Amino acid sequence: MSGVLAQAFWLVFDPYVLWVIFASAIFGLFVGAVPGLTATMATALLVPVTFFMPPVPAIASIVTATAMAIFAGDIPSCLLRMPGTPASAAYTDEAYALTKKGQGELALGAGLWFSILGGLFGTAVLIAAAPSLAEIALKFSSFEYFWLVVLGLASAVFLAIGNPLKGVVSLLLGLLIASQGLDNPAGFPRFTFGIAELAGGLTLIPIMIGMFAVSEILRSVSRIDQPWEMAQTKIGNVLHGMWGLTLRYPWQLLRGSAVGTAIGALPGAGADIAAWMSYAISKRFSKEPDKFGTGHIEGIIEAGASNNSALAGAWIPALVFGIPGDSITAIVIGVLYIKGLNPGPTIFMNNAPAIYAVFLVFILANLLMLPFGIAAIKAAKQMLRAPREVLLPVIVLFCIVGSFAINNSLFGVVLMLAFGVVGYFMEENGFPIAPAILGMVLGAMLEENFISSMIKADGRVLAFFERPIAGALGLLTIAVLTVPVLRRLLRS
Amino acid sequence: MPGQKFGPAWFPGLIAVGLAICGALLIGSGMRQRRPWLAAPEWIRSPRARSGIGALLGGLVFYVLAADALGFHITAIVLLAVWIRLLGASWRVTLCVAVLATLVIHLSFYKLLRVPLPWGLLERWAF
Repeated sequence: MSGVLAQAFWLVFDPYVLWVIFASAIFGLFVGAVPGLTATMATALLVPVTFFMPPVPAIASIVTATAMAIFAGDIPSCLLRMPGTPASAAYTDEAYALTKKGQGELALGAGLWFSILGGLFGTAVLIAAAPSLAEIALKFSSFEYFWLVVLGLASAVFLAIGNPLKGVVSLLLGLLIASQGLDNPAGFPRFTFGIAELAGGLTLIPIMIGMFAVSEILRSVSRIDQPWEMAQTKIGNVLHGMWGLTLRYPWQLLRGSAVGTAIGALPGAGADIAAWMSYAISKRFSKEPDKFGTGHIEGIIEAGASNNSALAGAWIPALVFGIPGDSITAIVIGVLYIKGLNPGPTIFMNNAPAIYAVFLVFILANLLMLPFGIAAIKAAKQMLRAPREVLLPVIVLFCIVGSFAINNSLFGVVLMLAFGVVGYFMEENGFPIAPAILGMVLGAMLEENFISSMIKADGRVLAFFERPIAGALGLLTIAVLTVPVLRRLLRS
Repeated sequence: MPGQKFGPAWFPGLIAVGLAICGALLIGSGMRQRRPWLAAPEWIRSPRARSGIGALLGGLVFYVLAADALGFHITAIVLLAVWIRLLGASWRVTLCVAVLATLVIHLSFYKLLRVPLPWGLLERWAF
C-alpha cells in the first residue's frame, strides 16, 4: 500500500503534471467565471488536448479544471446576478442580494471557503468508498451490471429538473445513438446506411463538444444583446469571518457536503442538481427560512459545499462500475478508456498507482483552490470584461479543431455541428441533455449485459432476480421506476 | 439473425417502441395545453443575435465543405473575421484576433500535438 502511495506521489509531483494542473486551474477558473461557459464544456474542450498526454496529467487537468470552474461559477452570481455555471444557479439571487446589501465580500468568501471544504469532503468519501465498493463489485455478474445500468438510467431521468417524460425521450435518443454501428453483441452493422464513416459507430467526443459547447455558444450568441452590468462592491480579505461561519453553521456544511456527494454519485445528476436540492433542504430545515432570498448566507454555505462535493462523488460509480455520476464523468469515462485505465472494479488492482494519483490530484486541486480562488476573485472584474464577441468565435474554432483532432476527420466536425443544433433545440424546449449523454455512454453496456444475461438464463426473466444482490437491485430499480408514477396517479 | 432469439434488431426495436409511446404521450399533453405548435425564439428580433447565429451555423457548414480545398489557415481566418465582426467588434480587433487565434491553434495543435490540419491552397508554403 505505501509503495503504491509513493508511486502515486511521484506521478503527481512531477514538474510536467504540476504545470498541467497549474494551467488547467487558470483555464477552469476563467471558464467557470464567464457566464455561458460551463464546467462540462471545459471538460469537453480539454479532451482533444488531453488526448495527447499521458494518463495522469490528462485526468489531472480535467479534475482541476472542473473543481475550479464549479467554484468560479459563484463569482458572477455575486457580481452580475448571472450564474457562471449552472451549478451556481440555485443561489445566484441570494448571492446577488448579499452583494446589494454591501456584503459581496462575504458572499464571495463563503463561495470559496465552503467550495473547498465541500470538495475535500467529497474527495474523502471517494477515497474511502471507491476501493471498498470495488471489492463488492468484483463478484458482480452480468445480472447485477444490468440492474445497475438500468438503475442509473432511471435515476438520471427522475432527478432531472422538469418533465420526466422529456427526460425519458432524451435518454432513449441517447440509447438509439449508442446502438449505431458495429459495437453490439452480434457485431452486426446497424444504421450505417452504407456510409463508411458510420460503420465504426459515432465517436462520442465530437458529439459531446457539440451538445455541451456548441449549443451553449449558440445560446450565448442569441443573448448577446443583454448587457452584463457589474455590481459595484469593495472586495478586501474574502476569508474574513469564514471561520466564524464554519462554527456557526457546521450542520449545514456537513449536510450540504453529504447530500452533494450522494447526488453526485447517483448517475446522471451532478453539481447543478446537488446545489438545487441542498438549497431547498437548507431552507426547509433552517431556523430562519423567511430570511432566504433576502441575502442570507446559510443557503449559500450549504449549496456551495454541495456542488463541489458532487464533483468527487460522481467519480465513485464512474471508476468502480464505469457508470458516470454526472455529465463531466460521462466524458471522463471515454478518456479513461483511451488512456488504458478501463473503469471497473479491477482498476484498483491493475492501475492502483494511477488511481491513487487521481485521488491525490483531487486533494491538491481543492487545496490549490484557496490561493487560486483568492486571485480569481481579485481579477474577477477584468475576467468578466472579456469581450464576448471575440471570445465566442475563438471558442468555436477550438471546438472545430478539437472535433477534428479525435479521428483527424472532417466527419467529427459534421457530428459536432449536428449535435450542437440538436442540443440547442433540446434545451430550449425543456429536454434535459444529461440523460441523452448517459444513454450514449451506457447503451452498449446495457445491451451487452442484457443479452448475455438472457443467453445465460435461456430467456427466463426470473433469473434476473435470483442472485441476492441482483434481486435487491432489481426490486430497487422497479421501485424507483414505479413509485413516482404511482404517486402522481394517487394525487390526481 | 437466424438461430438467435435476441439478435441485433431487438434493442433498437425496444427503443423505437419507447420513443413511440413517449411521443404519443407528449403529443397528448401538448394538445391539452393548447399552445401554438411553433413559436419563434425571442432572439429572432435582435439583428445582432440573428446574424450571429446564422453566420455561426453557415460558417460551420462552410468549414466542412471548404477546409480541405482552401486549407485550415485560410478558412479559419476568414470564418473568425466574419464571426467577430458580425458580433460587433471593430475591424482592427477583428483582424488581429482572427490572425492571432489561428496562429495559436497552428502552433498548439499542428506543431505541438501534431494534428494534421489540412494546408489546402497553401500546401506549397507549409511550415
